[in-house]
Amino acid sequence: MFRWLRDHGIIERNLVLMGVLTLITVSIGGLVQIVPLFAVETTIERVSGVRPYTPLEQVGRDIYVREGCYTCHSQMIRPFRDELERYGHYSLAAESMYDHPFQWGSKRTGPDLARVGGRYSDDWQAAHLRSPRALVPGSVMPPYAFLDRPLDYRDIQDRMRALRAVGVPYTDEMIANARADLEAQARPDADPTGFQSRYARARQGAFDGDPVRVTEMDALVAYLQMLGTLVDFRDVTPAQLRQP
Amino acid sequence: MIRIKDATARLVLLPCDGACGDSAAAPVGENLVVAAVSATAILAPGQAARVEEVGYVEAPIRAFAIATVFWGIVGFLAGVVIALQLAFPLLNLDLEWTTFGRLRPVHTSAVIFAFGGNALIGTSLFIVQRTCRARLFGGNDAGWFLFWGYQFFIVMAALGYVLGITQSKEYAEPEWYVDLWLTVVWVAYLIVYGGTIVRREEPHIYVANWFYLAFIITIAMLHIGNNISVPVSLGSSASYSAPAGVQGAMIQWWYGHNAVGFFLTAGFLGMMYYFIPKQADRPIYSYRLSIVHFWTLIFLYIWAGPHHLHYTALPDWAQTLGMVFSVILWMPSWGGMINGLMTLSGAWDKLRTNAALRFSVVAVGFYAMATFEGPLMSIKAVNGLSHYTDWTIGHVHSGALGWNGFITFGALYYLFPVLWKKKALWSEKLVAWHFWLATLGIVLYISAMWVSGIMQGLMWRAYDELGFLQYSFVETVEAMHPYYVIRTLGGVLYLTGALLMAFNLWKTVTVGEAIEPEHATVPAHAVAAE
Repeated sequence: MFRWLRDHGIIERNLVLMGVLTLITVSIGGLVQIVPLFAVETTIERVSGVRPYTPLEQVGRDIYVREGCYTCHSQMIRPFRDELERYGHYSLAAESMYDHPFQWGSKRTGPDLARVGGRYSDDWQAAHLRSPRALVPGSVMPPYAFLDRPLDYRDIQDRMRALRAVGVPYTDEMIANARADLEAQARPDADPTGFQSRYARARQGAFDGDPVRVTEMDALVAYLQMLGTLVDFRDVTPAQLRQP
Repeated sequence: MIRIKDATARLVLLPCDGACGDSAAAPVGENLVVAAVSATAILAPGQAARVEEVGYVEAPIRAFAIATVFWGIVGFLAGVVIALQLAFPLLNLDLEWTTFGRLRPVHTSAVIFAFGGNALIGTSLFIVQRTCRARLFGGNDAGWFLFWGYQFFIVMAALGYVLGITQSKEYAEPEWYVDLWLTVVWVAYLIVYGGTIVRREEPHIYVANWFYLAFIITIAMLHIGNNISVPVSLGSSASYSAPAGVQGAMIQWWYGHNAVGFFLTAGFLGMMYYFIPKQADRPIYSYRLSIVHFWTLIFLYIWAGPHHLHYTALPDWAQTLGMVFSVILWMPSWGGMINGLMTLSGAWDKLRTNAALRFSVVAVGFYAMATFEGPLMSIKAVNGLSHYTDWTIGHVHSGALGWNGFITFGALYYLFPVLWKKKALWSEKLVAWHFWLATLGIVLYISAMWVSGIMQGLMWRAYDELGFLQYSFVETVEAMHPYYVIRTLGGVLYLTGALLMAFNLWKTVTVGEAIEPEHATVPAHAVAAE
């Protein structure tokens, strides 16, 4: 049964052969698991409502990434009864289809954030970020008061172009108006027509409580407040949710 | 042929004795050949001298050994700090650079890539020269390039995390420019390592080198595969990953799990296959098991990634594949464990007297435990409870502290006297203290995480008699506090042990008794050649 083991000496004596066989051996699993995810169309459910992030939300997401929020918060609700009641409908692949990189997370030191959007007021979110224990005494979250500083969005168009290069369908119009759209979203009294025609269901607000200054807090809260709100599950049929 | 090689190596070149794979199973007839050839080797000074002139590259390896100790302490200290932050959040210090979110990758990267990486590269360069009886390809210069190139990668990555420059993909946090630099260093590493094997005097490539080679090749594949991204601009440190959402998640955990499988397992198994036979002065238990172990392990590990994505939006077929292969993976893992432990047959008494060997062997014990727990946690029903909780953190630490840490400590205790040409370690007693402090630290750590993890999972899904969720989320956070304190204490013990090791190794280098020239394993001219 183990006669073939004797021939292993051939491999042991040939570095190139051993290297190539190793590479082939370690490639198979990954190819089988990864390639179909790009090829099989139903991997991402066909639900309506998912759109690219607005410039302000995207920059807020970049702050979420910068601060390593994924080390304590997941964005992936599992199909369990308790998670449904605690967080809402289980997460769909479609809901993170424009997430570069994905932020599903692997640890819940804090609660899941996949559907935190709209669950608390803007004021609550900003106050909680500034001083978590002022609102939730038992929390172990670090304070993020430093986010009350002006947002640097000089490179927003570069960011959107890079995102377009990796597949986010930003139009030329969206990129051309990026700065104006970003400012309009953070200022509740700005004219909404152009902005809202480009980003469905996007909400304007003084996310950090200050309607004039555009801060990092504005961006992060705008992002948190839209999480999980794009798909209206009243419109979704079970057939649309079927994956292979 | 292979027996001849072993025997020659054993007599002429002590560093190869015992580590040469398959002499255990040598039939009697071949043993006779061995004896004859051994005699020739002794009697033919010309041949012996030729071998001894190899003049191994050692200075960069000494640097890797020191860096391993240094980064180990940095990584353990960072771990203690962030563990304290979870118990006492005031320690986030109200500064953006010291939040848990920014320091956690500093801890994980310092331990995995700085401590583990330096240990892997250093030991691999040590082992490949001795088991091939060849001088390092590229010589001292190549060794120093790898050393400084790799340290530069570590410092750049860690600085980035503290300043908020991160991809926020677990264990792949460094941004695009750091990734590119690591790719350069890694390709150089493959060339230096492969080049040394090509130069070998031995017909066969020793089993430890198979594992190191698989580690180098696969990490290259994973690193490139998971870091394809588009920078915002050439002047920007930020980038966006090419895949998004579900594909991004699959690729990330294909990478993430195999960073465990190939960085923290295959590479460290290379260490096991060299240092345990060396320290026990016994050949590897089974040559056949080595072959089966190697190919099955590297084939199966790659499939296990999706068990990090159970019950997520990843399609079910992929989750099921991940679960099935993770469970099967238990077998090659334990095959390797058996091969390592059984190498001790007939030499178990050495565990009483050789404290460094104790580290190496207990490491394999922890490896066995972690590779049993892993398949268990990859079963979807178990994962439903364990995922997102501290149980995962405990599992990772039984592997990292118990297996990677201990096998590295065993290797360091072996390497320092050899590399600095000392008769022995400065203090065997301190090694024993290190051993017991570290073991107690691990026990505190992982049992605290078992309790907190399972409790957390159960509290999340608990219902009261009226059918409502029994606990708010923050109540589950508050319940974790005592276990986070115990976990920190475990970490402090582990760190203390490492500090004792650093002191002991420092003393070994500075005041340890040097090997007399006539006892030297390498003649003086070879030493001078370095």
